[in-house]
Amino acid sequence: MSAPGLQESRALYRLGVITPARKRIFFGVLVLAGLALPRLVYPVFLMNVLCLALFASAFNLLLGYTGLLSFGHAAFLSSAAYVTGYVVKAWGLPPEVGLLAGTAVAALLGWLIGALAIRRSGIYFAMITLGFAQMIYFLAVQLPFTGGEDGLQGIPRRPLLGLIPLESEGAMYYFVYAVFLAGFFVIYRAVHSPFGHVLRSIRENEPRALSLGYDVDRYKLVAFVLSATLAGLAGALKALVMQFATLTDAHWHKSGEVVLMTLLGGMGTIMGPSVGALVVVTMDNYLSGFGDWVTVIVGAVFVAGVLGFRRGLVGEALHLARNFPF
Amino acid sequence: MRKTASLLMALALLSLPSAGRAADKVSDGAVRIGVLTDMTGFYSDLAGPGSVLAVKMAVADFGGKVLGKPIEVVSADHQNKPDIASNIARKWFDEGGVDAVVDLVNSGTALAVMPLAAEKKRITLLSGPGTTAITGDKCTAYNVHYTYDNWALANGTGREVVASGGKTWFFITADYVFGKSLEADTSKVVEAAGGKVLGFVRHPQNTSDFSSYLLQAQASGAQVVGMANAGADTINTIKQAREFGVTPKQTLAGLLVFISDIHSLGLELAKNMYLTTAFYWDRDAASRAWAKRFQALPDNQKKAMPTMVQAGLYSAVTHYLQAIQAAGTDAADPVMAKMKATPVNDFFGQGTIGPDGLFRHAMYLVQVKSPAESKYPWDYYKILKTIPPAQAFPSVEAQACPLVKK
Repeated sequence: MSAPGLQESRALYRLGVITPARKRIFFGVLVLAGLALPRLVYPVFLMNVLCLALFASAFNLLLGYTGLLSFGHAAFLSSAAYVTGYVVKAWGLPPEVGLLAGTAVAALLGWLIGALAIRRSGIYFAMITLGFAQMIYFLAVQLPFTGGEDGLQGIPRRPLLGLIPLESEGAMYYFVYAVFLAGFFVIYRAVHSPFGHVLRSIRENEPRALSLGYDVDRYKLVAFVLSATLAGLAGALKALVMQFATLTDAHWHKSGEVVLMTLLGGMGTIMGPSVGALVVVTMDNYLSGFGDWVTVIVGAVFVAGVLGFRRGLVGEALHLARNFPF
Repeated sequence: MRKTASLLMALALLSLPSAGRAADKVSDGAVRIGVLTDMTGFYSDLAGPGSVLAVKMAVADFGGKVLGKPIEVVSADHQNKPDIASNIARKWFDEGGVDAVVDLVNSGTALAVMPLAAEKKRITLLSGPGTTAITGDKCTAYNVHYTYDNWALANGTGREVVASGGKTWFFITADYVFGKSLEADTSKVVEAAGGKVLGFVRHPQNTSDFSSYLLQAQASGAQVVGMANAGADTINTIKQAREFGVTPKQTLAGLLVFISDIHSLGLELAKNMYLTTAFYWDRDAASRAWAKRFQALPDNQKKAMPTMVQAGLYSAVTHYLQAIQAAGTDAADPVMAKMKATPVNDFFGQGTIGPDGLFRHAMYLVQVKSPAESKYPWDYYKILKTIPPAQAFPSVEAQACPLVKK
């Protein structure tokens, strides 16, 4: 599985279009824009975008950089959301503890599922992850603490560290933004570290990576657990923002949606999944008046995206930049 | 000095309009009612577009204005998903200036929106969701649960069917919270009334093949087969029960059946079934007059008679608007106080809203007519018994709601 977006960004490096200084400016401007945005746009919408952008970025770590198509990432998103919700609501613990508990459960789950799933590759890998995700869905329907199809509702927003009140949307936004940036930074570092290079070599040619002496299974497992953990972080955050955890996040639709976000935004690019998440959430939000037609429209956009711009939005932008005289 | 004085005067004048606005009793110049319902899914016939119609009719009958300000109606599809419902409601409260969210058919969506509305001090008027948690441990101070709850359904059908001789029961239950709680509530009622529950079988939501479940029901030998499911599942159960010869040997008891379900099934399949309803259009002159007006509305394209959810919604919205008129403001606290202090007396029913938010009114145990008994379109039910409010709904003292002082 190749990631055309990645090749584009590498080419741009070679051409000297992307330089470390330009990159710093780019990310600096983005971070500042993120700080100012809630004054212009409805903060809950932004928080939803941030949570799903982190989710898609975590997924991209696996699909775009390691070449593993997981079809069960909803399991990590939802299990973390349920655990966080339960810990905060029923045990009355502060949000940071809930966040850590949810993320830890997702990591553990990622380790269990990953250890089994990485023994196979390709479609079998996808089916194993889907199978496990369906089991999690079944548990979410049947276990009493999740509230079944009613979901876990009314998760309180307690003060952060017992000090900072999070009831207002503004305060919550900056908390979510900080966690998102931290998660995003972890992914960025992982991708640009020697570890990330090994992952890419596995994606390009697994037997060769093996023959070079890399313990491929170990690397795959670490990547899987990292991806699951960050997906869990996104789910835990979402539960705190929306104040509920429901079956929608556990359903396989969610696993499909994250594939859509990643492909639409640009697989194997660092910004792609976030852009994809923004596009998909915006469509969901502003097309909700069309009812069932949302799925059809999103499907059509996906088909158009895959046929028309295969590198994804960010990938295509990078491709354009490559042929653009700077 | 004179300059300062005139400046002060000017400032005072400038501040006047805002002072005037503060005295204005209707927030953002209009009373906005948001109908959040299932527009396309399996509840869309019993709530959905008909609910929007009922709310618009209530607003039009009220004159379109309250306290001299217009009443606006917005609507959206919650797709039966609690997260979508919550997102829409949040947007309505934060950006749309919506004062009350109504309908919320499907308990999951109701439980998602209620705490949010309470937090933002807006009102929810529920017609359609059934779970008893709404006025139980999850109750809020800004909520009215109007048409029915699971307790009333279980109690009505369960007790009355046992009293009329259906002593042994078998349940076909949808395997999720709603179905299981309905089954548990009804089992309790049946046993308390001297009946016996012989067994149950659980099926997943949206099942198309009920054969194995029905065969188990048949093998149990129970006199009554209770259907603790809803919508398409109930319809499939009824249809296949006839095919497998479960009926007419055993009697079906629908725990949540609407007149729209009977209409789509046809009387041949549904005849003799017992069910409990909060509203039947052909009950008395007032209900008939209102329902015929509803049926004749130009936007009612299917010319369908209102379900209990839609009728209840009309009544609830009218009561809400009257409370705004009486309170002289649309602020949630005084309006809620007025709604709870004023008894309801209209075509839908007579009763009061308790401190837990539950509207206690009469329920009706009915039996579906056979095709021979039905004389004109929509002539579907025989009313066997009127269950008075005190017996139809749980008493205030019995509620687990923290708002109820004990």
